[in-house]
Amino acid sequence: MENLAAKYTHIKGWGIDADPSNDPTYPLKYHMPTEHDGYNWERPVQQSQDVEVLQSIERPSLPAVFGTSVAPQGLSGQIRRYAFKYSESHYGHWLPLLLADRVNMVEGLVDDLKQGHIPNIFAEKGWKAEWKYNPVGLVTKVATTVLITTAIFAFVTRKKDKR
Amino acid sequence: MLAMNYRGPRRVRVDQKPYPEIKHPEDAIVRVTRSCICGSDLHLYNGNVPDTRVGSTFGHEFVGIIEEVGPAVEKVKVGDHVLVPFNVACGKCIFCQQGLFGNCHESNAQATAVGGIFGYSHTAGGYDGGQAEYVRVPYANFGPTIIPPDMDPDDAVLLTDVFPTGYQAAEMGGIQPGDTVVIFGAGPVGIMAAKSSWLFGAGRVIVIDEVNYRLEFVRDYAQCEVYNFREMDDPVVFIKKLTDWLGADVCIDAVGAEATGNALQTITGRKTLLQAGSATVLHWAINSVRKGGTVSVVGVYGPTDNLVPIGNVVNKGITLRANQTAVKRHLPKLIDHIQSGRVSPKAIITHRVPLEEIADAYHIFSEKLDNCIKTVLIPPSAGM
Repeated sequence: MENLAAKYTHIKGWGIDADPSNDPTYPLKYHMPTEHDGYNWERPVQQSQDVEVLQSIERPSLPAVFGTSVAPQGLSGQIRRYAFKYSESHYGHWLPLLLADRVNMVEGLVDDLKQGHIPNIFAEKGWKAEWKYNPVGLVTKVATTVLITTAIFAFVTRKKDKR
Repeated sequence: MLAMNYRGPRRVRVDQKPYPEIKHPEDAIVRVTRSCICGSDLHLYNGNVPDTRVGSTFGHEFVGIIEEVGPAVEKVKVGDHVLVPFNVACGKCIFCQQGLFGNCHESNAQATAVGGIFGYSHTAGGYDGGQAEYVRVPYANFGPTIIPPDMDPDDAVLLTDVFPTGYQAAEMGGIQPGDTVVIFGAGPVGIMAAKSSWLFGAGRVIVIDEVNYRLEFVRDYAQCEVYNFREMDDPVVFIKKLTDWLGADVCIDAVGAEATGNALQTITGRKTLLQAGSATVLHWAINSVRKGGTVSVVGVYGPTDNLVPIGNVVNKGITLRANQTAVKRHLPKLIDHIQSGRVSPKAIITHRVPLEEIADAYHIFSEKLDNCIKTVLIPPSAGM
């Protein structure tokens, strides 16, 4: 504080009401002498990049360590690359990412079929557990879906007959 | 190895995936002995977190045995049984130096607002998670903590997120002796927040939820008052009446984006994703807390926008506090609370499920079937 005061002697009253105990971040955050030094810490060794990693435009470089679980690919990957042209503060970032997630779901189904794997969607959705613990709910859900589908089909078919 | 495989909203399965590789000198490979499904995993499961890629493995609550270490790892060794905080944190950046281990700046390429989190989408760094037989753990000199020999792994796995998050929720409330604390949500984090509120000297602890079996559990486990918001006209008025018409000193949001209880919030936040999850609980918390009170938020929301009464935050002079939990900071104290018998986190575990049955486990947890509170997944290679 005293060191800082010497730096701001040209500003009348600088720091006169400063109260170190007025800290709403206590006890989450420790105050460090280096906290105003900027992007200047001793960085860990940099992980080498062997897959495509999309990077937020709000940072100057990759972090020292990053995840490599699923690289962007296909149409969803193209959408994700587009999204990363925008900052985290922009809908242009998040809405394309949500769209890419939905496209990616379809790509996942196609990939399964390409590999000769027909996904058991009922098992993936945990319907066995639903049947075990909530059979009435499951029957109601299935009956409702069948009814709505039948109603829509009947409606569409009736329109076609009129033509 | 076997690992959970996300296929799209509400569709998961277990598949064979490649054994993880050491990618950095400070990496370790951990053989998972226990992992959990967290309430916040449901945001991913429901497809509400942007950049959740098909093929990802979830799971940010896990313990396991070190199988392999990178050349720069010195603090743990092969064979150690460790608990792994859900934060991927370097321990060196300015935020880690300040104790903000949930805000590490050296672990997430895709976003600056949040640090890396295991198995929590590419928005949280793109790391595979612990709902698998093996997992890559970066910064093994900093994150993994050796489980004390006398500690049950079931207690240890709840030290990776749930107990510290409930504890930090209470801590951020700035609870003063005698304060009335209202916790929204009787899920695992809400339960631990209720238990922790007493540790900070609360005078009264009230939990609000809509699921009766969970309310009954937390009433017995945390000796608190419980109320079902489905049985009241207006939760805010109800809480005002309970608190001499002044409001609670501290309100805790332990629900986040999946909240029910308000049709508009549900439609815009959960069904159509026009906002970053339903902000019903945050709305209730802001309006139920007394003037000059504190709202502590640990419920997870998406990265875009939410409908919240920010005007009332100003009008009432509320202090709003929130963060991803800095797990590592809390461990010494919380390990002591467990070892001294003050808190038994493992008591909230209701389901132990083989990893191979993960789809059913997610469905049971998500739909609150079979009186489920907390699910632990046990991989076939756990060996214990």
